[in-house]
Amino acid sequence: MTTNQLMFAIFSAVIIIFSILTVTSRRILRAATFLLFVLVATGGMYFLLRFNFLAAIQLALYAGGIVVLIIFSILLTSHIADKLEAPGWKKVVPALVAVAFGAVITIATILQYQFPQEVMSGSERTDIHVIAKSLISTEKFGYALPFEVISILLLAAMVGAIILAKKRKD
Amino acid sequence: MFEGVPLTWFLITGTIMFFVGIYGFLVRKNLITILMSTELILNSVNINFVAFNKILYPGHLEGMFFTIFIIAVAAAEASVAIAIIINIYRRLVSINVEKMDEMKY
Repeated sequence: MTTNQLMFAIFSAVIIIFSILTVTSRRILRAATFLLFVLVATGGMYFLLRFNFLAAIQLALYAGGIVVLIIFSILLTSHIADKLEAPGWKKVVPALVAVAFGAVITIATILQYQFPQEVMSGSERTDIHVIAKSLISTEKFGYALPFEVISILLLAAMVGAIILAKKRKD
Repeated sequence: MFEGVPLTWFLITGTIMFFVGIYGFLVRKNLITILMSTELILNSVNINFVAFNKILYPGHLEGMFFTIFIIAVAAAEASVAIAIIINIYRRLVSINVEKMDEMKY
């Protein structure tokens, strides 16, 4: 077993176990903590694939930003001692059947499909210079337009969140 | 070049994470837990993009850029969703989805 396989096994096990705990835990703050573990393990998966910048973004934005935001909103809207009510069987059984059906079909398709064995060669640089140049380039494989659109989206989301959460004057 | 782990393993991990997220989305009643299930779904898609990028097209960076944009969209979505949740809590003093039927006729 190589190092890559060992690290993949660890990250994959953490992701699967803690994502199941995230959707089944009846204490909401614990569910948020399990979500944090899942997101950190996903960041580890990016490190494993040598996307260091992406892993840094994942840790800073997801684990540092979104989880903290979710925990704040949990503290504002729920009593910590309260347990969520367990979902009834009428809801769990159809959901489980649908999910198991979808998962089995998808995994069977993945196992059946023949992915190309030979990979496209090329430079494998994923360092910050290449990323920055592609993000503001307007040539082929440049991402200037999505970059601008996403900045407008972030501005709109910021303004919208402030307006929505602001207290009404009346 | 990334060696040792075949692409299908990454895809299977992503699939399981995706459908666990769908299960949470269907079963949970609290709005914040539904938001957490959405984050799981988005993350599983990110894993798939990155694995395809690294294992099939190691010379390109498309999968990584798509992942960066998905993370940005997820951050925007989470902030607006939490603003809406706080607003709903202020009006109804509950974030249970089954109690939100004011706009039904």
